[in-house]
Amino acid sequence: MINPPASFRWLRRAVLLLLLVFTLTPVAVMLSSSLKPLQDVQGPWRWVPSHLTLRPYVDIWSTVPLARYFTNSLIVAGSATALSVLIAILAGYAVSRYRFRGRRLFTVTVLSTQMFPGILFLLPLFLIFVNIGNSTGVALYGSRGGLILTYLTFSLPFSIWMLVGYFDSIPRDLDEAAAVDGCGPVRTLLRIVVPAAIPGIVAVAVYAFMTAWGEVLFASVMTNDETRTLAVGLQGYATQTDVYWNQVMAASLVVSIPVVAGFLLLQRYLVAGLTAGAVK
Amino acid sequence: MKQPRRSTGRTALPYLLLLPALAVELLIHLVPMVTGIVMSFKQLTQFYIRDWSTAPWSGLANYRMAVDFHAPVGQALLNSFWVTCTFTLLSVGLSWLIGTTAAIMTQDTFRGRGLLRAAFLLPYALPVFAAVITWSFMFQRDTGLVNHVLHDQLHLVKDKPFWLIGDNSFWALLTVSVWKSWPFAFLTLTAGLQNIPRELYEAAAIDGAGIRQQIRRITLPSLRPVNQVLLLVLFLWTFNDFNTPFVLFGKAAPKAADLISIHIYQSSFVTWNFGAGSAMSVLLLLFLLLVTSVYLFATTRRRGADD
Repeated sequence: MINPPASFRWLRRAVLLLLLVFTLTPVAVMLSSSLKPLQDVQGPWRWVPSHLTLRPYVDIWSTVPLARYFTNSLIVAGSATALSVLIAILAGYAVSRYRFRGRRLFTVTVLSTQMFPGILFLLPLFLIFVNIGNSTGVALYGSRGGLILTYLTFSLPFSIWMLVGYFDSIPRDLDEAAAVDGCGPVRTLLRIVVPAAIPGIVAVAVYAFMTAWGEVLFASVMTNDETRTLAVGLQGYATQTDVYWNQVMAASLVVSIPVVAGFLLLQRYLVAGLTAGAVK
Repeated sequence: MKQPRRSTGRTALPYLLLLPALAVELLIHLVPMVTGIVMSFKQLTQFYIRDWSTAPWSGLANYRMAVDFHAPVGQALLNSFWVTCTFTLLSVGLSWLIGTTAAIMTQDTFRGRGLLRAAFLLPYALPVFAAVITWSFMFQRDTGLVNHVLHDQLHLVKDKPFWLIGDNSFWALLTVSVWKSWPFAFLTLTAGLQNIPRELYEAAAIDGAGIRQQIRRITLPSLRPVNQVLLLVLFLWTFNDFNTPFVLFGKAAPKAADLISIHIYQSSFVTWNFGAGSAMSVLLLLFLLLVTSVYLFATTRRRGADD
């Protein structure tokens, strides 16, 4: 915008400040409460701890098996991300570089699964997993494998869509030059297209990891004590009589750090990827 | 579609590349969807969970039960549907409004803009369950921040209200939902604004257009294609949202905040009547398909008329 008047600049300051307070209040609550002794979070709210303590950060690991949940979440989200990115690269390359029958049908079908409510798949998938387990002995229900399989499809449609946009923006001359040099399609993909699309691939990976890390619905049904992820495990700090809010806040902070750090480091790519894929 | 594509004699290759994607989509989305539709015509109660194919057919009984608005089941579903519609309209509207305002206000460079943007994106980056659990702490009646500020500090309310049960739960849910959604609108619109050439604003300023006119004549029209997708995505996410009410209220959402996803979840897993739950899911899907097609039809045609 050109020459915004002073009144607009003041309005802008006020609005942005207000939004900043709205956005950051929960973060401040998390941080301050995680440093409080238990009696502080059992009485009326106070902004500043009566005395600072790191006890909650020690206790969170023993009140619930947080380390196990953490490992489960890392395995599930990590594997789902790796597989989803790999599958999306292959599919995105096919859609971007080849004309084949059913190409349009494929993209429309895959994208439209994105709009379906999770609850629609949950019941049948639950039954299918249970029945596969009963008839073949492959334990998908309650296992990390079942959850990985499910999560990777959650990010797949958007990932394919974004990568097709990204691959389309890479000049085809490069492919043809590689073909002249004797590269087959797979070598071309690995040597030429993937390196040129790294920002898009990083964006897709960040998105896939965040999706898997935060999912609650399927995690609450498809896991058991052994395979429980953080999304469900964090509710274990509430007992029948009491909630250890200081520990809940400390644990929330700890489990947020991997995704928030990754997101802030890589958000540049995500914005670039969105600009290339979605907004075009 | 935009450029001519290399057509190839090796017709099998693209299909091979698509195979993994097709396989998982089939297993996790399409087969369950068809299964779900079949299930909705069965009397699928807890006795048949182990081997659902043996459950007896029940015709349209599940659907009839779901839409019988004189009986408790239908009434509860209808209530949940209206709550979800109201909630979605308000949440999407507010998120879009805040996102647009913030995107426009951070369009010009100023000191600290990068930091501010990063802070605005935090709710989007935080895992849903960690963020929402924090809000549920803030909404606690006796120990929460919200009542402390409203009652003890500002003296706006006489008695400390409950936020997570009763009618207030709707507003609590809306607050959390907007807090969580508007950064996505902000992110998308910020990306969209970067495609507007600065010369447009310069030309308008030379012609004497004030700030308000620049926003109305240049910024908002340029964002229309972005908004078309953004509003649809926000609508679908908000309408289907399960995570927020589930973490905020636990398995039983209060009546005033009984979103459709959590309602179906509860009807299915509390009573283990998967047939009825599936029928409700299919109805939900039909509704979403209808809204989406009408929306796409209307917005695409209008865009065509404008161009």
